[in-house]
Amino acid sequence: MTEAVLNIEGAVCAPPLTHNEQIVMGHGAGGRMSHQLIQKAFLSAFENPALGAGDDAARLESGFHESLAISTDCHVVFPLFFPGGDIGRLAVCGTVNDVAMLGATPLYLTAGFILEEGLPMETLQRVVASMKAAAGEAGVQIVAGDTKVVQRGKADGLYITTAGVGVIVPNLTIGGAQAKPGDMILLSGSIGDHGIAVLDARGELGFQSTVESDVAPLNHLIDAMLNASKRLHVMRDPTRGGLATTLNEIATQSNVGILLKEETIPVRREVAAACEMLGFDPLYIANEGKLVAIVAREDAEAVLRAMRATRYGEEAVVIGEVTAEPPGRVLVRTTLGSTRIVDMLAGEMLPRIC
Amino acid sequence: MKYVDEYRSAPLVKGVIEEIRRTVTRPWTLMEICGGQTHAIVRHGIDQLLPPEIELVHGPGCPVCVTPLELIDKALEIASQPNVIFCSYGDMLRVPGSSRDLFSVKAQGGDVRVVYSPLDAVALAEKNPGKQVVFFAIGFETTAPPNVMSVLHAQRLGLTNYSILVSHVRVPPAIKAILSSPENRVQAFLLAGHVSAVMGYHEYPPLLEEFQIPMVVTGFEPLDIVQGILKAVQLLESGRIEIANAYQRAVTFEGLRPAQESIRQVFMECDRKWRGIGTIPMSGWCLRPEFDLFNAEKRFDVGTISTQESSLCIAGQILQGLKRPHDCPAFGRECKTESPLGATMVSSEGACAAYYKYGRQFQSMISTN
Repeated sequence: MTEAVLNIEGAVCAPPLTHNEQIVMGHGAGGRMSHQLIQKAFLSAFENPALGAGDDAARLESGFHESLAISTDCHVVFPLFFPGGDIGRLAVCGTVNDVAMLGATPLYLTAGFILEEGLPMETLQRVVASMKAAAGEAGVQIVAGDTKVVQRGKADGLYITTAGVGVIVPNLTIGGAQAKPGDMILLSGSIGDHGIAVLDARGELGFQSTVESDVAPLNHLIDAMLNASKRLHVMRDPTRGGLATTLNEIATQSNVGILLKEETIPVRREVAAACEMLGFDPLYIANEGKLVAIVAREDAEAVLRAMRATRYGEEAVVIGEVTAEPPGRVLVRTTLGSTRIVDMLAGEMLPRIC
Repeated sequence: MKYVDEYRSAPLVKGVIEEIRRTVTRPWTLMEICGGQTHAIVRHGIDQLLPPEIELVHGPGCPVCVTPLELIDKALEIASQPNVIFCSYGDMLRVPGSSRDLFSVKAQGGDVRVVYSPLDAVALAEKNPGKQVVFFAIGFETTAPPNVMSVLHAQRLGLTNYSILVSHVRVPPAIKAILSSPENRVQAFLLAGHVSAVMGYHEYPPLLEEFQIPMVVTGFEPLDIVQGILKAVQLLESGRIEIANAYQRAVTFEGLRPAQESIRQVFMECDRKWRGIGTIPMSGWCLRPEFDLFNAEKRFDVGTISTQESSLCIAGQILQGLKRPHDCPAFGRECKTESPLGATMVSSEGACAAYYKYGRQFQSMISTN
């Protein structure tokens, strides 16, 4: 080997790539790139107060006693069936949950189907049966719909878009901007189950897991929470982008800090193991049947009890608190006693090399 | 989780840190070689818990970060060609080439796939005999065994549509290059545990002798890391020039002999350009000529590609431990994980990404909490 002498080249970096020219997969990952896309492409064009509030559903004055909550959600999951759920259950629960997160009682859904030529009729029937069951469980009716068929190769079997409407009782103002310093942060159960279950169903893990998706309608859980406290400030379901991204959104909307205790955040052993192997952080993995709630400190215990008495809140825990400083930031106190900042998911979540 | 939780036990880690505190009498600068260790240190906040005498500088052990721009441009060119399935570890998709990245190539219709193992790419080649399947074989010694196995496996299957684009680098020449620099201030090395699991640590005694510097083979969990640091501080304080193994559950002196033999069968040592550092003689591995059939650089006409690089980024100095991420004027401003200027910000193992992700641009906020 010849003598190794360092030759510092100085300039080493390529120009930044912001992906302003075309859509890339990261725009759909639910993290910062998605936010930037929404800001740039949609918010500026459609500007109005309901949209600008930035919650999972829009809150509208109905002219009557109650307010309305309206939301819509597209579902493009692959594969269509995965452990613990399927695209039909996902399409119903996703919209029911988005409406319910404002404290609304979801009542009616619409469903739009994009079907790919060649889709087995039996597959469609199974999906529809699953939607019926999920709607029954949530107590909502699917009251309108639309169907389009596209050529083979133009869709991944079947896409579903649902929209939902619910009513909000007067004087209830739950939303991402309502978190206040001193509030407690509650989580309804373990994180990462859905994302890992879907990856497993794709056969991409290289090993098999027993993880099932947590996809579930959370409106009955929310009813129980609303009965336990009049001081629920924020509720949100940490879907794409995971808990980390959701809490960052809330910290920004409310202009508060969030301090989590690492050891209190529940992660199933199988999920933790899969994440260890793939180099994923459970804080960024999607959930479809969990909610994070920010509650006035004095009501936290009562809300937690109410959550634990319901089917989808049995494992609810307190994971942290809202602070005044640093505004817009989420911090986590590690088990070792050090502190780090938990950022929003940037673009697509990528498995690491080794 | 078994075999993980034990090594993250707060009382045990704090006990070892206490022992470091008792042992240290003056300032020492240690370099952890591996990007995985950098991330663990920042993620668990280990550097915040250490006594102020100990400075950790972050080494060049992020394979994504050191892959030269030129090779990324070659990858982009190959991935853009029709009839090619280009397979890569996930991290590489975000690394910008001169004007685009693999995400852009994919968005424009290129068939770019993230795989977890090169053997998945071989399986794709078997399944798609009408297509050329190329695997982007980057990495240190850790990823070399699977990469050479994929070539041997493809050869055994008689595949003529599988090739690898090789950018392999080795740790010992990098350490030698860092120690040879007149600007070097590293006084002890924490050697990369995974690399050592494959290669053992029999390559290091000559470096110890030449540069009179202690080294400790170190793992990745918090307890492994603080034990590696403790061992290094003990050696430094007592003036012993030795190589110690603080990762005995995974690493032996000889390493994995069958893996090393497979590597020698397929790869040979060659000069390699490191992004931000420059060419280090005999610091990489290339395919032996008898495996030309599996060499993507020979199969595709990408020989003439050359590259311009930006002037803002100090990734090169960060990769050598001369600077830390927040010393960079672009850090957290022009350069973020979603719009990286340099590879150290791109990779999940890159030092800048570790600092950014775990909020070190807001260092003052952390210390007030």
